[in-house]
Amino acid sequence: MAVAKTSLNPDHLTWQGGTQPMKVGYGKLMMWIFLLSDTFTFSALLISYGLIRYSAPSFKDIMPDMTHKTFEFSQVYWPIPERVFEAVPFLHGMSLPLVFVGLMTFILIFSSVTMVLAVEAGHRRDKADVEKWMLWTILGGFTFLGSQAWEWGHFITGTEGGLLLADGAKVFGANLVQNQYGPPAFADLFFFITGFHGTHVLSGVVLNIMIFYNTANGVYEKRGHYEMIEKIGLYWHFVDLVWVFVFTFFYLV
Amino acid sequence: MEHTVNETSERQKPQTKALWRVFWILLILTAFEFVVAFGLDADTFKYTKIGIFIIMTIVKAYYIVGTFMHLKDEVKTMIWTVILPAMFVVWLLVALVVEGGYIGFVRK
Repeated sequence: MAVAKTSLNPDHLTWQGGTQPMKVGYGKLMMWIFLLSDTFTFSALLISYGLIRYSAPSFKDIMPDMTHKTFEFSQVYWPIPERVFEAVPFLHGMSLPLVFVGLMTFILIFSSVTMVLAVEAGHRRDKADVEKWMLWTILGGFTFLGSQAWEWGHFITGTEGGLLLADGAKVFGANLVQNQYGPPAFADLFFFITGFHGTHVLSGVVLNIMIFYNTANGVYEKRGHYEMIEKIGLYWHFVDLVWVFVFTFFYLV
Repeated sequence: MEHTVNETSERQKPQTKALWRVFWILLILTAFEFVVAFGLDADTFKYTKIGIFIIMTIVKAYYIVGTFMHLKDEVKTMIWTVILPAMFVVWLLVALVVEGGYIGFVRK
């Protein structure tokens, strides 16, 4: 070819070959591909939940007269999730189904907004704005992690009454082998799914802190673009997206 | 030195209207999910509720992926590269949930 590299693209959008597949930078495309593979992992976990839940008896199968209002916990049948997660910090003993989970959802959605505002500020190359919104995002991430830690703590400790088994023994809280709220598989899936998601949030917070540090040090200012904020932003929104699915399929359905 | 450069160069105004709009949509949809969760009787409307929750989730996913992750602004091939493989998950979901029902049936 007579024409050498005369691409008008900025350097970070140009691949080594000089052309740019799908008009995205290499790093961004690879982030998308990684998120796609992560989608499969999370889908596998949530689908396993679906399979195990549908293979386990529901309370209607065992106790035909029981309704959602008269529901009581038993290890024989699957629990109603909103009856399991009804505790809120500082409001001890009150039944507030899904309120705390709803709050966690709100926190994560909000931190997603602050992240996208940081990305937008990056497009304008406004360093101060990027720093501001990154800090809010990091704060949201930590708040979510703290909330999740509280929820795990409550789930593991259990209620004061516990669950009376047929042989007279009492079970308090849940771990991988015993569960006061239902079959052990329910607790196992809870730990695995929310735990895997929480690990993603934790790595997201670490990445957010790293890019905040770089922004504050002017690394992206010197580089001439804030594409790294966009890439980490994609990851952070994905974590939020996964939570939307976990919220629906674990807590609501 | 950097400060003088920043102040003399023209500052762009933030374009955040569409982003906040999506935030409110997500918030209202989540609030609506709560209304459905507690407003509809779980015994009689079990599958209606599940249906509403799944639709709400897909709508929320559309806004997060489309606007927050800017997939709407990418080229068509890029959009399909992401969406098409993800759609096959639906098949796995249906297959394994149905299978779960059979496992439960055999165990009884």
